[in-house]
Amino acid sequence: MIYLLLSSGLFLGWSLGANDAANVFGTSVGTKMIKFRTAAWIAAIFVILGAVIEGSGASGTLGKLGSINTMPGAFTVALAAALSVAFMTKLKLPVSTSQAIVGAIIGWNMFSGSITDITSLTKIVLTWIVCPVLSALIAIILYKFFKFFLAKAKIHLLDLDAYTRIGLIIVGAFGAYSLGANNISNVVGVFTSSSPFHDINVYNIFTISGNQILFLIGGIAIAVGIFTYSHKVVKTIGKSLFKLSPVTAFIVVLSQSIVLYLFASTEIRHALMSLGIPKYPLVPVSSSQAVIGAILGIAIAKGGRNIQFNILGKISSGWITTPVIACIISFVALFFVQNVFDQHVYHKTPYSLSLKVIDQLEKEGFPIEKIESFEGTRYSTGLRLQQNLKKIKNLNNKEKSMIYSYAAVDSFYVNPAFLKDIEAENILTYKQFRSLETISRQSFSHKWEFQNELILLSPDWEYRTEKQKNYLAYNAHLKKQYDFIYHYLKILNYK
Amino acid sequence: MAILLKTSKMIEMQIDDFLNFISEAGIFFKRGLENYLKDNSAEFEKRLLAVSEHERKADELRLNIEKQLYIHTLIPESRGDVLAILENTDRVMDDIKEALQVFAIEHPAISEEFDALFLELADSSIESVESLIRSVRAFFKDIASVNDHIHKVKFYEREADKIAMSLKNEIFKSDINLSQKIHLRFCVQQIERISDSAEDMSERLAIYTIKRQI
Repeated sequence: MIYLLLSSGLFLGWSLGANDAANVFGTSVGTKMIKFRTAAWIAAIFVILGAVIEGSGASGTLGKLGSINTMPGAFTVALAAALSVAFMTKLKLPVSTSQAIVGAIIGWNMFSGSITDITSLTKIVLTWIVCPVLSALIAIILYKFFKFFLAKAKIHLLDLDAYTRIGLIIVGAFGAYSLGANNISNVVGVFTSSSPFHDINVYNIFTISGNQILFLIGGIAIAVGIFTYSHKVVKTIGKSLFKLSPVTAFIVVLSQSIVLYLFASTEIRHALMSLGIPKYPLVPVSSSQAVIGAILGIAIAKGGRNIQFNILGKISSGWITTPVIACIISFVALFFVQNVFDQHVYHKTPYSLSLKVIDQLEKEGFPIEKIESFEGTRYSTGLRLQQNLKKIKNLNNKEKSMIYSYAAVDSFYVNPAFLKDIEAENILTYKQFRSLETISRQSFSHKWEFQNELILLSPDWEYRTEKQKNYLAYNAHLKKQYDFIYHYLKILNYK
Repeated sequence: MAILLKTSKMIEMQIDDFLNFISEAGIFFKRGLENYLKDNSAEFEKRLLAVSEHERKADELRLNIEKQLYIHTLIPESRGDVLAILENTDRVMDDIKEALQVFAIEHPAISEEFDALFLELADSSIESVESLIRSVRAFFKDIASVNDHIHKVKFYEREADKIAMSLKNEIFKSDINLSQKIHLRFCVQQIERISDSAEDMSERLAIYTIKRQI
C-alpha cells in the first residue's frame, strides 16, 4: 500500500524529469552542440547523484511550509502537483514543479486546517523573484567576462567549438546534479515526514539513510522522465525567448546551475555565511525560472534588443497560475481521497495555550500580556487558533509564529519497544541515547517540552550558539537526530 | 574529448593550408604577369601551371573541410557562414586563375608604355586578396581585428579602381588600333575583377563577423 502511495511522487518525478531537466540541457541540444542521447544520459546520472548526495538540504523549508503527516495526504499532494504540471504542459504553458508543489501543500494546509507558515511562504515566494534576478545577474557578469576573455584569448573558432562542447557537458552535469540536489524535495519532500524507509547499514562501511533511499527512488523517476519525454520539451527551450549562440548557451547553463546549487548546498551556504553573507533559506527553486532569468540576462547584456516580450509575459503569468491551479486541484483531490476512498489525509494537530505553554513563551521573551486572556484555551485546528488570534490587534508575524510553534500539541511517548530500534540505527551518541532511556515510558504533549527534558539530561541535545565552533554543521546534524527520534516516538492522532 | 580536439586541430590546419594556397596563387599571378610583360614565356608557363595546381588543391581541401564539418557536426551555429567564406574565397582564386589564363590564351599585345601601370594594377589587386586572406584568418582566430583587415581590402580595391581607370585612359589615348584597345581593356577588367571579388567577399565577412560575436 505504502509503495502504491509513493507512485504519485514518482509521477511528479517523471514530470520534473520531462520538464525541468529539459531546462538544463535544452539550450545545448537546441544549439545542436550536444546530441539528445548524450545529454539525457549525463542528466539522468547526475540528477540521481545530486538527489542522493545533497538532496536533504532544500527539503527542510518545504517541511516548514506544511508538514504533511500521513502517506495518503502526501500521495494526494504529490498527485495534485503532478496533475497541475501535466495539465499546464498539455496546454503548452511554461510550468515549474517547485511552484506546483508549494501550491499543492498550501491546498493541504487549507484542507487540514493547518496554519500556512507565512514566514516560510514569504521566503519561498521571495526566492521565486530572487532566483531569476540572481540568475540574470550571474549571466550578465559571466557574459561580460567571457566577451572580454575571448577577445583577449584569441581562440580558434574550431577550438572554441570543442571547448564549448566540453564545457556544456561539464556544466550540464553540474546543472543536473544541482537540479537533483535542489528539486528532489519537490518530488519526495512531502513523503519525508511519513517515509516508510529506514536506514540501511552497508557492511558497516557506510549508512544509507531512509530519506536517501527515498531520494534515490525519486531520482530514478526523474531519470525516466528525462529519457521518455524531455526531448519534446528540449526542442522548444531557448529558441523562443531569445536566440542563443553556443557560448551564450554555455553561460545560461552555468548561471542556472550556480543558482540551483546555491539554493541546495548546505556547505555553500555555510561558507557564504562565514563570509558575512546574510542567512538565506535552502528552498527548491525553479529551473525554468533560473533558465529564463539567465537568457534574459544575456539579452540585456547584448543591449536588450530582440527579446520576445509577449512570450516573456506568457511565462510570467504561468508563475502565478501554477501554484493557484495546484492549490485548487490539491484541495479538491484531498476531499475525494478522504470522503470517497476513506483515507486519512492528515493527522489532526490541536493547539493549546495552557499555563505551561505561556510560561515557556515568557521564558523565550514573548510579551505574554498580549495573550493573558487566552490562557487555558484549546483549539482543535491551527486555523481555529489563527482566527482567534486575529482578535489581538498588535501581534506581529514573528510573535504569531512563536505561538504556533509552542502551542502545537504533538504527542510523544518514549516507547521502550522503539528504543531498541533507535539504538540499532546507530545515529545517536551514547549520551544522547542514555538520556532517552532515562525518560522511557514518559509522554510529552509538546515538541519543545520533549526537547527541554532531553537538554536537561544531556548537553549533547543542546544546539550550539553562533559563537561556538563549527555551530552550523553541528546544528544541522543535531536537527537530523531530533527529526529521527520524533519520527519514531510521535503518537499519531488519526482524524 | 581528445578525438574532438584532434579533429578540430586537423581541420584548422586544412583551413590554414587552403588560405595559404590562395595567398601563394596571388604571388604566382604577379610573378607570372611580370614574366609575360618581359616575354619570358617559359617562366610564365611555370607560373600558370603553379596557379592551376594550387587552385585544384584548394578545391580538394575545401570539399574535404566541408565534409568533415558536416560529418562531425562541428560549429553548428557558424557552419553555414564558414562554408560560404570558403566557397567565396575559392571564387577569388578562380578569378586569379582565369585572369592569368586570358594572358596565356589570348596573348594580348601590350606596349612597354603600359607595363608599369599593369604591374601596379596587379599589385593592388593581389594586395586586396592578401588583406582578404588576413581577414579570413582573423575571422577564425582573432575576431576583433577582422575589420582592420577588411578596411585594407577596401583600400586596395579603390586603389586598383583608380589605376585601372588611368590605365584605360592611357590605352584609349594611345594610337594603337581600336580592336587592340578593346582587347587591352578586357585584360585590365580581368585583373580588376580580382579585387572586386575580394571586396564582395569582405563585405559578407563583415556580416559574418557580427554574427560571430558571442
